[in-house]
Amino acid sequence: MSLTVDENKALIEEVLKAYPEKTAKKRAKHLGTFEDGKPDCGVKSNIKSLPGVMTIRGCAYAGSKGVVWGPIKDMIHISHGPVGCGQYSWASRRNYYIGETGIDTFGTMQFTSDFQEKDIVFGGDKKLEKIIDEIEVLFPLNKGITVQSECPIGLIGDDIEAVSKKKAKEYVGKTIVPVRCEGFRGVSQSLGHHIANDAVRDWVFDKVDPNKNAFESTPYDVAIIGDYNIGGDAWSSRILLEEMGLRVIAQWSGDGTIAELENTPKAKLNVLHCYRSMNYISRHMEEKYGIPWVEYNFFGPTMIEKSLREIASHFDDTIKANTEKVIAKYRSMVDAVIAKYKSRLEGKKVMLFVGGLRPRHVIGAYEDLGMEVVGTGYEFGHNDDYQRTTHYVKDGTLIYDDVTGYEFEKFVEKVQPDLVGSGIKEKYVFQKMGVPFRQMHSWDYSGPYHGYDGFAIFARDMDMAINSPVWGLTKAPWKKAA
Amino acid sequence: MPQNVEKVLDHENLFREPEYKAMFDNKRSQFEFRVPAEELAKQIEYAKTWEYREKNFAREALTVNPAKACQPLGAVFAAVGFEKTLPFVHGSQGCVAYYRSHFSRHFKEPTSCVSSSMTEDAAVFGGLNNMIDGLANTYNLYKPEMIAVSTTCMAEVIGDDLDAFIKTSKQKGSIPAEFDVPFAHTPAFVGSHITGYDNALQGIIKYFWDGKAGQGTALTRIPNESINFIGGFDGFVCGNLPEIRRMLDLMGVEHTILCDPSDVWNTPTDGEFRMYDGGTTKAQVEAAINAKATISFQGYSTEKTMKLIKEHGHDTTSFHHPMGVTGTDAFLMKVSELTGKPIPAELEKERGRLVDAIADSQAHLHGKRFALYGDPDLMLGMTAFLLELGAEPVHVLSTNGDNEWAGKVQALLDASPFGKNCKAYPKADLWHMRSLLFTEKVDFLIGNTYGKYLERDCGTPLIRLGFPIFDRHHYHRFPIWGYQGGLRVLTMLLDEYFEALDANTNGIGTTDYSYDIIR
Ligand code: SF4
Repeated sequence: MSLTVDENKALIEEVLKAYPEKTAKKRAKHLGTFEDGKPDCGVKSNIKSLPGVMTIRGCAYAGSKGVVWGPIKDMIHISHGPVGCGQYSWASRRNYYIGETGIDTFGTMQFTSDFQEKDIVFGGDKKLEKIIDEIEVLFPLNKGITVQSECPIGLIGDDIEAVSKKKAKEYVGKTIVPVRCEGFRGVSQSLGHHIANDAVRDWVFDKVDPNKNAFESTPYDVAIIGDYNIGGDAWSSRILLEEMGLRVIAQWSGDGTIAELENTPKAKLNVLHCYRSMNYISRHMEEKYGIPWVEYNFFGPTMIEKSLREIASHFDDTIKANTEKVIAKYRSMVDAVIAKYKSRLEGKKVMLFVGGLRPRHVIGAYEDLGMEVVGTGYEFGHNDDYQRTTHYVKDGTLIYDDVTGYEFEKFVEKVQPDLVGSGIKEKYVFQKMGVPFRQMHSWDYSGPYHGYDGFAIFARDMDMAINSPVWGLTKAPWKKAA
Repeated sequence: MPQNVEKVLDHENLFREPEYKAMFDNKRSQFEFRVPAEELAKQIEYAKTWEYREKNFAREALTVNPAKACQPLGAVFAAVGFEKTLPFVHGSQGCVAYYRSHFSRHFKEPTSCVSSSMTEDAAVFGGLNNMIDGLANTYNLYKPEMIAVSTTCMAEVIGDDLDAFIKTSKQKGSIPAEFDVPFAHTPAFVGSHITGYDNALQGIIKYFWDGKAGQGTALTRIPNESINFIGGFDGFVCGNLPEIRRMLDLMGVEHTILCDPSDVWNTPTDGEFRMYDGGTTKAQVEAAINAKATISFQGYSTEKTMKLIKEHGHDTTSFHHPMGVTGTDAFLMKVSELTGKPIPAELEKERGRLVDAIADSQAHLHGKRFALYGDPDLMLGMTAFLLELGAEPVHVLSTNGDNEWAGKVQALLDASPFGKNCKAYPKADLWHMRSLLFTEKVDFLIGNTYGKYLERDCGTPLIRLGFPIFDRHHYHRFPIWGYQGGLRVLTMLLDEYFEALDANTNGIGTTDYSYDIIR
């Protein structure tokens, strides 16, 4: 059972006591309880994190290079500035792709301008030009370059737009995209997503030659938007769309290519998984090219079925009929998964704290296994995320926006969930406390979790986290007895 | 349908199923507009050539796959080595998320660290308010006994003054006036993580020895018989520092380890999360001024720190990550010389055991060609150890090692018959290494986790030694220092050698005559 609304209130009050008064007041607005019938979760969001509280959030660079642009596999993404940002984000997000790394694809590489003091003092534009030249010599098969700004770029007055334009001309037709995703912009990764979306609009869509990479359109062309192919998520999603009879012309951006981005305006429908990070470009394509978009959720059979039908409703009867066949085809496998794991997981309580779409999207998958999500929160959600969340959470769910290390630890201590799903920074804190944990950003190096094939892995993973014998060993027997 | 509940396929197998393969082909041929196969094959081969290598080494601006990180990462490492100390990084918050993740991926442990979360307004007006509020929040929430402040590149570019900011914060009552807040400026665009370690450690020692940033009185040194030990930035710290302590205890040497994160990154799973555990205490730091001598195990990681300590009258010695027999000999003899304590029989026996192990196995490593990359100190230590084993350190590369470092490596190489035709590569990255491995082949590669891409591309088996190691577990729990550590490293080298040999001889009915049961 989750705590009651009143118990939650008392818990939040208790936790806030540790803060200085001014901070407590501010944090209070981010903590709350979902109550049935309310239009949102009763918390404020997308506000600056407070200094010194140990926020879990990252920065705009992480949102652009790490999330949106980084997975575009045939482009080279320069981490422009000092060496750190690119080093820490190097290959850590598990955006799977297929290609010859270092030759025609570059996803798991770290290209950096490795700024030195002289670059800060005299500016880095000349260095950037030279870097682009050197890339063209050593990696001639790249299909484009992005310049991912780190903190100093915006502070020292570099003109990366001018450099990009100049070099794009020099290397006739080369796509070179300057991205102003300096880490201090905005309050989290979120603004980085937005800036990256805008960069696609301004430097890809608005510059594309329509005759390049042309193909025959069909009425069934769709683009997957907002799936980063973590552990292969986009693949286990794409396969379902194709089985429905749709033609997936682009993946944004997991295992994606620049040609796919460029051709997306030819889609008949954009299907959007991570609303948070790619709603901007979806809205733009709707306005500019008249492409409708639909949100979907491929976590767990209940939501998958619902989403498949929702997507099919945008197409003709053949697609609709195919969709029913797809659902029927996977039913026996899914039923077997639920039959095997539900009895082991029924009634288990989960607390989540993740980014993007997951604080709400994965709830259905847990529920398919008989589990209950009793607390959830977004690292960088906005109010529209919390509104959407109301469709997923139950009355009395504890909600924590931009949770701090302190709050999360105290909440888990009190609520005592059977499983916590969050990130690498949180994982070991809770495991030390003896609480089973799964990383829900990287799938704890497992996955995919999307689609029917992913659900089987998800169920197996949750079971092995919760039912591992190790949790019975945390107390020494001579202490247990006492 | 690939999935089956009785045998759930993970990603590495799932996507090899025929329906996925067909899907990939389809995606590629219809929508990706990739480079034609012929052109691709040509470039793959070209990138292996000497000509490509020359172009690669002609690079002046671009860095590809470097083996170094930025200063504040090292500052966080230094800070967590002190008792109940919370690292506080002044600047953008995303950086701190990165440091915490990076360390947690390596140690498989929590890493607590806070940021002052500076955003656009702070970029314009400076981050003073972030410091004031941040220190107050940190102090109240996490109840540290010390907050060690460093900076991200953002705070450095706008020129925030830590000393003044911390003093103002205290005046504003954000934290008590007597609360200890040592600090160090750690610009990411100077040096690397080892520079940050050095700056932060120097900042902490200076703070306690030289009068707490003007808010106390400088300590007067009354030399005693103890010695200080500083390990430097080290991914194997959880195994190494206890090993050092054990050896010094065996010698009966009174000692202080300055900066010891070996407990906080090695806490038990017993139902309790320990945000703080172990570490050098403030009293120990203060008392350390009286030591007669200070030894640094990694000179490049502690240049400024050792300079400061020397200025306080200590007899100082900086090693370069000594390993193996001769390396450990030199360290122990130095300790003995400084303290007058003899090296006990027990350690001599351990030495003999390491020599014994090398004698047992030397034939397998003699003349084997190695490429290695990593932090400058580790490279010097490992090069010496390889030479001692009769192996050839053909390519020794460091991204954060400079020409002076390369000279030192070269001197080591030149002094040994096994160092002939071997070369040091300063300020180079792993894309350079790729060219080296294709053009001048070696038998084994030694490096951090990222070396696996080289192993894949060049077919050179990787031995994981260095930082970070993300894709193998628990290495950091075992020492690579001392004679015991030498044994561990020797075993790692041999394991990889035997694995490679077995893999090369297991062709059934073709090569398995050499698939020997005794090696
Ligand atoms: S912004 Fe600067 S300090 Fe922060 S991670 Fe990047 S390079 Fe390091």
